[in-house]
Formats: sequence, C-alpha cells, structure tokens
Amino acid sequence: MEGIAGSKSHLTWAVHITVALLVIVWLFPTVGLFVSSFRTADQISTSGWWAALFQTEQNMVLRAQGPDAQVDQDGVFVISGNIFDEEDVAAEEITAWGLSSRDIAAYQPGETVDLEDGQQVTLDAVGNYRFTSPTEFEGRRGERLFVTATTPPTFTLENYDTVLGENVIERMLVFLVASAAAGAVIYFLLRSSMPVLSVAISIAGALVMLVLLINIFGASTGTVAGAETTDNISRAFFNTLTVVIPATIIPILIAAFAAYALAWMEFPGRALLIACVVALLVVPLQLALIPLLQLHNAIGIGKGYLGVWLAHTGFGLPLAIYLLRNYMVGLPRDIIENARVDGATDFQIFVRIILPLSFPALASFAIFQFLWTWNDLLVALVFLIDATGETTVMTRQIVELLGTRGGNWEILATAAFVSIAVPLVVFFAMQRYLVRGLLAGSVK
Amino acid sequence: MNPALQGLLTIIVGVGGCVGYFYFSNQLLDRVIFPARGPNAGVNINRANQVRPWLFLFPAIFALGLYLAYPVVETLRLSLTDRVAGGGYDWVGLANYTQMFNEPKFWEAMRNNMLWLIVVPAAATAFGLLAAQLTDRIAWGNVAKSLIFMPMAISFVGASVIWKLVYDSRPAGQDQIGVLNAVWMAFEPGLWSTIVLRILPALLIVGFAAAVAYGAWLLAKPIIERDDRGPGMLAAGLRGAVALLFVWLIWESVSTLPGLLTSELPYGEPQNWLTISFWNNFFLMVVLIWIQTGFAMVILSAALRGIPEETVEAAIIDGAGPFDLFFRIKVPQIMGTILVVWTTITILVLKIFDIVFAMTNGQWETQVLANYMYDKLFRANDWGVGSAGAMVIMLLVTPILVWNVYNARKEMR
Repeated sequence: MEGIAGSKSHLTWAVHITVALLVIVWLFPTVGLFVSSFRTADQISTSGWWAALFQTEQNMVLRAQGPDAQVDQDGVFVISGNIFDEEDVAAEEITAWGLSSRDIAAYQPGETVDLEDGQQVTLDAVGNYRFTSPTEFEGRRGERLFVTATTPPTFTLENYDTVLGENVIERMLVFLVASAAAGAVIYFLLRSSMPVLSVAISIAGALVMLVLLINIFGASTGTVAGAETTDNISRAFFNTLTVVIPATIIPILIAAFAAYALAWMEFPGRALLIACVVALLVVPLQLALIPLLQLHNAIGIGKGYLGVWLAHTGFGLPLAIYLLRNYMVGLPRDIIENARVDGATDFQIFVRIILPLSFPALASFAIFQFLWTWNDLLVALVFLIDATGETTVMTRQIVELLGTRGGNWEILATAAFVSIAVPLVVFFAMQRYLVRGLLAGSVK
Repeated sequence: MNPALQGLLTIIVGVGGCVGYFYFSNQLLDRVIFPARGPNAGVNINRANQVRPWLFLFPAIFALGLYLAYPVVETLRLSLTDRVAGGGYDWVGLANYTQMFNEPKFWEAMRNNMLWLIVVPAAATAFGLLAAQLTDRIAWGNVAKSLIFMPMAISFVGASVIWKLVYDSRPAGQDQIGVLNAVWMAFEPGLWSTIVLRILPALLIVGFAAAVAYGAWLLAKPIIERDDRGPGMLAAGLRGAVALLFVWLIWESVSTLPGLLTSELPYGEPQNWLTISFWNNFFLMVVLIWIQTGFAMVILSAALRGIPEETVEAAIIDGAGPFDLFFRIKVPQIMGTILVVWTTITILVLKIFDIVFAMTNGQWETQVLANYMYDKLFRANDWGVGSAGAMVIMLLVTPILVWNVYNARKEMR
C-alpha cells in the first residue's frame, strides 16, 4: 500500500523524532529561565540549570566547628558534629573528601586520617565528623573540609520574594481567585441580557477587581530585608498594567467604527483610504518618535501615561482597522440589508449587529495589542519614562538589570520570568483567536 | 493621582468619550442638521448618509494622520534641518545625510541590517515551513505547534534575557552555566569535532549557495534565453539586479569556506559569544528566528491545509515521493503565502531594536539601523542625523509598502 494518499509513510518515525527535536530546542531556553528563577544565586553560578533537575555531585568547602567546641573526653580532646547541619547545606551522601584544596577527594567516607601531632580526623558518609587530639586544640577557626557530595534537587521561592516582595505568590493567587470569581458573577448576571458583550465586560470587571484589590491590600506583606526596594520590579509590573489596559481598549472602539464605514458604507475615496491604511501598516514607528515627542511637549502632555496611551492607540490603529475591516466585509450582506429595510440606522446596525458578530476579530486584535503593548520597550522609553524613573515599565527595568546586574542571574531570571508570565498566560488561554488574527492580518 | 486610578479613569473617559462621540454626532446629524421630516425629508436622508461615513471615520483618520502620516513628513523635514541653539531650525539640505554616510558606525549598521535581512526571514520561513509540514502529519502536532509558537508571546527583552543565559560564559575550570558553552566545552580535537564543527557547517553553506544559485538561474533564464513573450525591460532589469545580488551572496558564502575548514578552533576555552565580532550578529539573529518561526509556521500550516487534496493525490498516483510531493507540488502552490511571511518578517527585521539594545547595545560591531538612530536621537541628541537614519529605514520599507498596497488593491477588485 506504499504511496497511496492517506496511507502512512515509512518516514513517520523520522517525522516524530524531528518534531520532538524541534520542540525541545525551541523550549529549552525558556525552561532554562524558568528553572533558574527557582534556584539560589549559589546554585545558579556553580552549575548549569539542567543539572538542577537531577541529583548532582557537588564540591563544597565546609568548615568544622572551631576549638571552642572541643570536649575533653578522658584526656582526649574531641570536636565532633555534623558538617551539613552546621553549614545548613542540603546534601545527601558524601562520596569523597579531603583536607587540602590540592587533593579534595583524597579519602573515602568513614576513613580515619592521621594528622600531625597525633591528631586524627574521620568523616562518615552522612557528614558526621570527629577530630581527636591528645593535646588541646588551638587557634580560633575550625578546620576546612573539602567534600564531594551528592545533593538532591532543591528549589526555592526566595527569588520571587526578593523581586516582588514577601509572600507575593500566595497573595496573588488569592487575589486572582477573588477577581476570577467577581468576573464569573458579572458574567452570570449579564449573560441573558447581553450574550456577547458580557464576556468582555466580565473580563474587564475581573481586571478592575484585581487592580483594586492590589491597591487596597498591597501586592505583598512587605519587602525582604536587604533587597533594595525589590529593585522596583513590582512597581514596574503595575505600571506596565496601567499602560496596557487603556492602550488595548481604546483603539478597538475607534477602529471598529472606522472599519464598519470602510466595509459597509459607500462613499467617494473609500478605496484610497483602505490603501492608506495598508500603507500605514508598515510605516516604521521609529519615524514618529521625535515629531510626536515635540508635539506632546508642545501641547503640554510631556512624558507620561497619557502620552503613551495616545501613542499606542495611534500605532495600533492601522492593524486594528485592517483586521476588523477584513472580517466585517465577510459578514453576510443579507443581515445588514434586512436590518436597513426594517428601518435600522447605521448606528443601530453597527451596535446591534456588526459589533456582536465581529467578536472573534475584536478578540484577536485585543490580544495582539495586549502582547505588543506589554512587550514594548521603545514607545515606553520615548513617551513614558521621564528622568525621575517613577513610571518605569517591566521591559525597561529588565534592560536596566541586564546592565547593572549582569551577573545576578537569580534576580534577572525571576524578573524576566514575571514579565513574560502574563503574556504567556494570555497566549495559551486565547491562542485560537491569536491564530485567527494572524491569518487575517497578514496582507495576502 | 494613583496611576491605577488614572488608568481606570482614562478607560472610562476614553471609552465613554468614543461611544458618546459616535452616538451624539449621529443624533445631531439625524435630528438637527438634516432632520428626516418636513418638505426636504428625502433629500435630508440622502445628505445625512453622505456625511455619516466621515463621522464614523473622523477619529481614526485624525489619529492615523497625527500619529503616523504627519511624522513621516516632519521627520523628512527634520532630517534636512539642524537645530539652532535657543530654538528654531536651520535649513542644511543634505548635510545630515553626508555626515551620516561618512560615519563608519552607520555603514556597520547598514551591513548588519543587510545580514539580518538575508538570514532572519530565510531561516524563520524555512524552519516555519519545516515545522508546519511535519506537525501536520502527526497526532500530537497541535501540542508541538503551540510550543513552537509560544516564543511569539515573549517580549524581545524577555527573549534577550533567555538567550543571554544560553550564551553566558564562566572562566575555564568552572562549571559552565550557559548551554552553548557547556556544549562547546564538550568538544575536543578529533574526528567528531571535525565532522560537527567543520564538515557539517561547510555542507550547510554549500547547500545554501546551491539553493541561491538555483534561484539566480531561475531569475536569469528568461533574460539569457531572450524570451520575447517574457516581461518588459523593467522586469528584466529587476530580475538581473536580483540575480546579481544572488551571485554576490554565493561568492560571500563560498569565500567563508577556506577559513571555516582551516582556522584554529579554540577548543577547551569558554567563549564570550556576544563579543566575537561578525559572528555575534548571528547569535543575536538566533533570538529573532526563535521568535518568528512560530509565526511563519502558523501561517504556512494554514496554507498547506488549504492546498486542494486532488493535486496531492494526482501527484502520488503519478509516482511522486514525499520530497517531490513537498518541493514540487506543495511549495509552488503556497508560494504566495511564503512571500507574505517573508515580507512580514522582513519589515520586522528592518525595525529590529529591542534585541540589540538589550543584549549588546551595538557594541562589538553589532549595531543596527534602529539602534543607531536611537543613539543619535536620544544619546547624542542629534535630531538631524537621527531623523536621516529614520528616513533610511523608511526608504528600505517603501518597496514592501508599495508591493502591499498594490496587492491589496488587486485583491479588492
């Protein structure tokens, strides 16, 4: 049956392997960041993140208790204890140990080693050590032991506390559940009267609820001592939300009306306008930076939220109009003409018929605009962030961390993961609409 | 005021303002200016319907004009003037452009942008096509697709951090925490390293050159054979120019071969990948390819599914193998879509800013036009040269702009 359409080719296993490889390569970098955000600074800087998933063999330098702890047992002076407990290290089993940095794996666990002046030392596999000496130990600090031990994979939420504030994850979970519940209540109240709009209104309601909860109770129970005001990350997070939500909602309305006019109203110059929209779709926004900054300064907006909202609205409009018009043109002509015959005005047709029917297109543009404004750096740099840095956003904050804290991977990884988590959630929840929008939005 | 409250207020004012504007302007038109009653009712209804589209369009046209059309003109003006201390402008003609053209940094940015322009759209489209074709045929294809698509949601800045971790290096003797260096340290001089690091890349380059040569041949064939039915002089000239560009590409790629095969490789030394000049551009491009492959895959996958089943069946009955089927039946049918994906990514590449800004900021010869322009505008405060740089980006986008408008108009007819 070889070569018949629909039958399985003998290359199938090769296809499976190739796709699996592609997926692994594509996922690997992101997983690295994710895993790193749950590791301590020490772990990150001493071993690759892929090692964190398995039991690892690590070389450690640990210090035993000093001579202060010695006990006189019938004329023999003894210092004993557990090396892991004293240094608070999570390790399981010692595979080798040593007494100098030149030969760190000289002895087996359990072996007893003779030192000078009749002193002896022994270390067993679980970290119990015992120094003995016929004379009193002198000096102040304890002996160093070089240990090769297997350590279990350990993960910590510490980084999130450092970056965002204490207990932030627990709090956020509670707030999210509460606002999701609020959204659900709104949805069930409105479902019968406004079947389509209720989804949008309940999402908006949940978001407002979230913002209010955070503003009233605060996002965390305080900053971790020693963390420099949590590096402004949590403020940047809420600033980003403040930029994104109005910048997503406002262009939709303006574009929807324009798209309706371009799709279903006859007037001279319509084709020209559509061509203009297609042309503006690719105009690089780099051109707009200086002229608009001048304009904003001239009319007194300056740098700030209002400016960035307006800028995002302007830059998002071509895509919004293009997407919505393409979608609206495809709606059945009969419905609209029937409504006209029944005496509906254009405004009524638009609000009652077109807007509800265009929900998929509205959703896909909303996702685009959300992702684009959340991920944007350039527009925020130019139109929002002033010299005080009060209104900084996530992307800007991360670039700053890359510069000043290039080595502090635990903070960088956590901050970056916080910033990409939100778009990822939106992405996986609304992927269907995103794909639909992409297919409609690329100029064919 | 609390910014969150300000945001809420803006949403209410913005949305309410929009709805109010559209509602009341329609009411005004229908009830006051052209009321649909009295002796002129019929005329008035017609007049109202002539005005209404402009009511619907006004906010959009105003915003588009102010935020996208006006800046093009204003930037053009700024690029031809210099700011005078104390306010005002001086007309300087093309002086800003000459100054820019004399800067080595500008040419470095141009060269890098051209590299990006060649590599990123090609690689992203090729990977996307591969992923689309393969995932369509297996049961867990949708899961695979959504995982490959995922980087689309990640910001350029977030992606920069992700890849910076991949490229990270530690001094020799310590465990490497970047994947790339960990892999690199596993190589030792020997047969395997020669195969993986020299012969494989050489084969890839030869394959690339061969593919380009085939493309150049296809383009040049009508000119060489003097096909009278073929397109006119302009099209022939265009084909010739592109074919010459291809020949240059072949030369450039083949000329790297001797170096690749003979150079001493620093085995056992961790590399600072982002500081190796010239090659670091490719490490930056990988980030964008990683992001854009998902986009290409989604669009091309839809196109592949749209191919009529009969053509595929007919080809199989005629004895086409899987590779023939793919390259000679499917790819030609989705050529239009491939072109769309290619141009879309090209536009993105021309504007690429965040990745370079976050990862190297144009150091170690990785400058690109958008970052060069940003440097000039906001660090050097030289609006004239910065605007000239912006105009160069605009100029590079223009052919695609014209092509898009042409296609959109053709489709509407």
